[in-house]
Amino acid sequence: MRSALPMVEAPGAAEIEALRPDFSHPGALAQRLVLVDGVFAPELSSAMPEGVRVRSLASVLNEGRADLIALLAPANADGADPILSLNAALMQDGVVIEVAPGARSDDPINLVYASTPGGPSARFSRSLIVVGAGASIRLAESLHVRAARADETFSGLQNFNCLQNFNCLIASVGEGATFNHTTRMTGGEPGGVRVESLIASIGAGAQFDSFALVTGAGLIRRQIFMRFQGPGAKSALRGVSLLRGREHADTTLVVEHAAPDCSGRQLFKYILDEEATGVFQGKIVVDPLAQKTDARMLSKALLLSDTAAMNNKPELEIFADDVACGHGATSGGLDADQLFYLQTRGLPFAQAEALLLEAFAGELIDGLGDENLAEVCRSEVRAWLSRRAPPGVHS
Amino acid sequence: MAAVQETVDRVKSIDVAEYKYGFFSDIESDKAPKGLNEEIVRFISAKKNEPSWLTEWRLDAYRRWLTMQEPKWARVDYPRIDYQDLYYYSAPKTAPGPKSLEDVDPELLKVYAKLGIPLQEQEILAGVERRVAVDAVFDSVSVVTTFKEELGKAGVIFCPISEAVHSHPELVRKYLGSVVPTTDNYFATLNSAVFSDGSFVYVPPGVRCPMELSTYFRINEQNTGQFERTLIIADKGSYVSYLEGCTAPKRDENQLHAAVVELIAHDDAEIKYSTVQNWYPGDSEGKGGIFNFVTKRGDCHGANSKISWTQVETGSAITWKYPSCILRGDNSRGEFYSIAISNGRQQVDSGTKMIHLGKNTTSRVISKGIAAGKSQNTYRGQISAHRKATGARNFTNCDSLLIGNSCGAHTVPYIESRNPSTQFEHEATTSKISEDQMFYCLQRGLSAEEATALIVNGFVRDVLQQLPMEFAVEAQKLIAISLEGSVG
Repeated sequence: MRSALPMVEAPGAAEIEALRPDFSHPGALAQRLVLVDGVFAPELSSAMPEGVRVRSLASVLNEGRADLIALLAPANADGADPILSLNAALMQDGVVIEVAPGARSDDPINLVYASTPGGPSARFSRSLIVVGAGASIRLAESLHVRAARADETFSGLQNFNCLQNFNCLIASVGEGATFNHTTRMTGGEPGGVRVESLIASIGAGAQFDSFALVTGAGLIRRQIFMRFQGPGAKSALRGVSLLRGREHADTTLVVEHAAPDCSGRQLFKYILDEEATGVFQGKIVVDPLAQKTDARMLSKALLLSDTAAMNNKPELEIFADDVACGHGATSGGLDADQLFYLQTRGLPFAQAEALLLEAFAGELIDGLGDENLAEVCRSEVRAWLSRRAPPGVHS
Repeated sequence: MAAVQETVDRVKSIDVAEYKYGFFSDIESDKAPKGLNEEIVRFISAKKNEPSWLTEWRLDAYRRWLTMQEPKWARVDYPRIDYQDLYYYSAPKTAPGPKSLEDVDPELLKVYAKLGIPLQEQEILAGVERRVAVDAVFDSVSVVTTFKEELGKAGVIFCPISEAVHSHPELVRKYLGSVVPTTDNYFATLNSAVFSDGSFVYVPPGVRCPMELSTYFRINEQNTGQFERTLIIADKGSYVSYLEGCTAPKRDENQLHAAVVELIAHDDAEIKYSTVQNWYPGDSEGKGGIFNFVTKRGDCHGANSKISWTQVETGSAITWKYPSCILRGDNSRGEFYSIAISNGRQQVDSGTKMIHLGKNTTSRVISKGIAAGKSQNTYRGQISAHRKATGARNFTNCDSLLIGNSCGAHTVPYIESRNPSTQFEHEATTSKISEDQMFYCLQRGLSAEEATALIVNGFVRDVLQQLPMEFAVEAQKLIAISLEGSVG
């Protein structure tokens, strides 16, 4: 583990202003909420769809609304996890998004994490989204990567990227609501640390899906603590991680079935090249009350080099008898038969390999249900594949 | 839902587990003073008249043990064990050394007759087609070993380890602690310090052991811990099948059992190790029963070697046991077949480790857990492939069956891959007996109880098939006993 960096200071008006050009051009993300160094910057954010109310975490805490404050410190993850405890102690700010019951928006709300230039530093944020009963909303998280400008030296850029991000998102999904969450954990640089926590409680009959695309950036840990609160809810958690160099990506899940008749699906895929390490540790907990639970967890890893490593720990913890739960984990190299087949059809080795890898990752991306985002993810996968070192001598 | 409801009612009405081996035999014993210190370690070593290197080996382990902490990572919960409140050595007074059956105390023979274990060589010859050589271990000592002569003709050495220390010191010294070192873990280190007896098997190159070997462990004395040590060496191209059985009297206090089993398979050798573990599980309220903390490990040392573990776990209040294989030789193979059945308030945390080091090593793990009553049943396993383990393959399948809604089934697999040419597959499911299966059986005229037994037996069939025939019959009966009262 890398050592902790000093906490960044809250951004000044000038620093926020300096970021404005990145968000004022015509191609900038719509419906966006921007956090600069973990602090909500309304100046850089744009209009929200109808029925969505946004405030900074600081203002909600000042206001002292007991219901929101209770949600910000969820009981199911309290004290159990050192990363959450650290986040609770050091969080600077964040956003609180309230979605009115019945509100709908097909376009996603974009939650963007931006950073000011400066020395190596750490930032902590905690955000909350409350999705009212029957509402339907999408939330897309991403890291804002600034293009290098002419006036910035190379070394300045290096420092700019050496960051530690500890973000926590808490989601409360009301009865019958639909909440679709995606996060692109891309664009970091070696030496960076990102630790993202998502705590979700799902009401009766609600649907909660989350997808993560992870590429690059030194050390990443993504942890999800999810709890089915009411009966009949559904959820699908998915993720694709593409790693190379000495990158390390960890997915930690705790899916708790606390109500009957819920169905949960988790599928995570890893493509590991060079000396990268992938970690998947998932746990399904079925409480005694959660009869008729239908839970499936699967992790699949492709190792592309002799020095890559995958560590899997899919756990089941079951206290109810009338359930159907399963988990699986596979790891291995690309199927030699498939490669051979494609080569017999005239594809060069590298292209055959890329095709299979793209298909492996693509299975999850195709199911996103948001074509714009899917295209962004696909191109990121392609870009990652194109940066692969040319293959050596293959038989 | 009728069948389900009935099952639930049955579980609720469980009284005391039917444990038919729970009798206590009043046999005078020779005990070491209570407690554990260097003197006791020396006392045990002196009782066995051990050479000084072994005494030092024990003392070394004991000193290390003092610096270690009891592991707490397993999913089991038990009261603190007072290691000073135990007898570390207990031997029936009338057994100075196992010579032949005539010398054995008839009372002891009665115990084994009551347990249904054949110690009379003639009887076996007359009655059963296949013969089994038996080493009977009673508390801390081996009381008799049968068929030694006949095995000797084939060159197979099968004797208590305390005897092997004297008759084959070079083998014992070479292999003891080579798979499970004295530094391995808290319970293995404790065992290294105070181990009393157990079996020693050496099968010379190219020999197929002419009969099944087996050891029956019996804890009889009160407040006694049993710390047996088994060492099996299969030299090049040999084969041996070894069976282990264990029982203990019903007592209100918990008894400690911390064994170590080491297997070594050289080139082209195969060891098949089967266990029917039937220690006293405690009553339905969780009072009494054996704490079973066992370290079992096999070293597939040579190329093309094979080690296969088969276990049927029905007893013990606490089970902490992970029979493992180190797949060191190229093309070596490890297998683990397990049925773990828990009822009452039993807690089982069991599984395996397959450590792939050599090239083209393969392993297979089939684990079936059945939890009933208020028990907790955990599968914990590790499959790992070293960077050099090119072409390693593993298939793991662990299924759990829950009977009743106050029990728990858990699966904790660790799958670590460091080599792209490995193929690791893991799958696990948890379910209850489906109503469709039940309905079909009932509709064919079976009673609910027969139907459940049939379905459960089908569920564990993959594993039962791996057992030697004599054991398979016994295991099938055991499964019926430990589910009695829980199956609707």
